[in-house]
Amino acid sequence: MTDNMIVVSDLKKSFKINRVLRNVTFTVRKGSIFALLGSNGAGKTTVVKILSTLMKPDSGNVTINGLDVVRQGYYVRECISLTGQFTAVDEVLTGRENLNLIGQLKRLNGVKNKVNEWLSFFHLQDAADRKVSTYSGGMRRRLDIAMSLMGKPQIIFLDEPTTGLDPQNRIAMWDLVKELAVGGTTVFLTTQYLEEAEYLADYIAILHGGKILAEGTPQYLKTIMPHRGAQLNFQSEEQAAEAMALLNENGITIESFEQKLPSLEDVFLALTDEKGGK
Amino acid sequence: MHKLKGISFLDSWIMFKRCLLISLRNPEALLMATITPFFLMLLFGTVFGNIADVGSLNYIDFIVPGIIMQSLGQASQHSAMNVATDMTKGIIDRFRSMSISKSAVLIGHTGAGVVRNTISSTVIIITAFVLGFRPHGGFVDWLIVVALLTLVNIAISLIAVLCGLISKTPEGSSGLMFPLFILPFISSGFAPTDTMSGGIRWFAEIQPMTPIIDSIRALTLGLPLGNSLWIALAWCIAIIIIAFTAAAQVYKRRLS
Ligand SMILES: Nc1ncnc2c1ncn2[C@@H]1O[C@H](COP(=O)(O)OP(=O)(O)OP(=O)(O)O)[C@@H](O)[C@H]1O
Ligand SMILES: [Mg+2]
Repeated sequence: MTDNMIVVSDLKKSFKINRVLRNVTFTVRKGSIFALLGSNGAGKTTVVKILSTLMKPDSGNVTINGLDVVRQGYYVRECISLTGQFTAVDEVLTGRENLNLIGQLKRLNGVKNKVNEWLSFFHLQDAADRKVSTYSGGMRRRLDIAMSLMGKPQIIFLDEPTTGLDPQNRIAMWDLVKELAVGGTTVFLTTQYLEEAEYLADYIAILHGGKILAEGTPQYLKTIMPHRGAQLNFQSEEQAAEAMALLNENGITIESFEQKLPSLEDVFLALTDEKGGK
Repeated sequence: MHKLKGISFLDSWIMFKRCLLISLRNPEALLMATITPFFLMLLFGTVFGNIADVGSLNYIDFIVPGIIMQSLGQASQHSAMNVATDMTKGIIDRFRSMSISKSAVLIGHTGAGVVRNTISSTVIIITAFVLGFRPHGGFVDWLIVVALLTLVNIAISLIAVLCGLISKTPEGSSGLMFPLFILPFISSGFAPTDTMSGGIRWFAEIQPMTPIIDSIRALTLGLPLGNSLWIALAWCIAIIIIAFTAAAQVYKRRLS
């Protein structure tokens, strides 16, 4: 067995005339956190669906744990777990019943205990016997992820796991993802946020225009991305003016006051310009 | 950890329990599906019963099979809607990305449909007794009736599952089921076909509801059976095979 958990090469997928994936190639190492970064409609969900055997690619090779997703789908499904972009829970059942169902389908031993463990891990004990239709968005998402984690899959796909979560839940989700990776699970996640990818992932691939525009470790990507400035906040405008005067005196020029992280669009622009210029 | 491919029976059973649980959470649906045929029976049994002419037979005895068919169609709408709901929510992607047998979801819904339909038909038959239904079939006749109804039930539930798979929305799926509510009226269910005229009579005589209804009527009222039972069985088996194959195909193709 190699260290590569997921190997994708020359993947193509079109919907009628819409060539969503033109040529996607990447590998994901065992036990790592891999982030697929892309804006709305870039094709992230399409990649996740192909990797989780829900959709057939038009061409290209995809292997997971050494198994071909098209020809050995059944065995691939045994080692993966999918948390789709939209929560996949039974609304009319309770949280406990939802978890129970998955535990039974996976033929786990001691389902009852495991269900209780996951319920308390995700702080859902109090709501365990209420219908999911009464849950908040964050609770649904947590239940959704708990369902995916039942049976300790080797690889977990998380399609935009933090979209729609409040900052507190988002941080909890980040911690969970890190914890999973420490436990040896390979995590494949998609996101629209550069910040999230940088914080979480061991390796990032940026999907744009149907191709992987850039990839590498967060450290490497930082070096090739547009420069970022610092944002300094002062208590008053006077202080800010004073600070500027001081900086000027010392020969440090200030371009503008508000410089934040580059947006994903900036990144695309910079990277595509660079490639086009060569 | 490796699960044998062959144990799909257990997957279907788990899915069946899930579908039943979902129905239990929505008892109004079953109630509605029973109330319509109930009022139909009340109406036909009391008001129209006096004006309809079905020879020497009691009108309520005559219409019970037709009402049962109507109730099966009504109750099956919920199978269609539940399937369509599953297909339009993310849950189906979760099931499809797990190593469970592909037909388990379909079999689970069909099974739950059969259970719901059985409950609703039982209520209808009990109501019929209260309203004056007096069958005189023997034990074996009833056994055949139950067996035939079970087959019909499976066939209609599979059609419902297929409608649920084809339609884009849960509401649309019950629209697709509409012909099933109408068919019993254009059959021997409420009037003998030889009292009908031209094209309607021709249609009533060739469509599957008529041999099914004729068989049940003959078995419950001790009338001559003719070959209607064989025709009814052939229809049921053909529909079951076709609907199941089509459903499995649509299910596979629907999401790729
Ligand atoms: N089943 C489908 N049929 C037709 N077109 C599709 C289908 N699924 C996706 N597409 C198209 O493929 C493109 C990529 O969609 P995809 O859902 O993969 O994007 P995404 O990166 O996940 O976007 P988002 O961030 O909005 O979730 C879009 O233009 C979309 O309209
Ligand atoms: Mg998406």
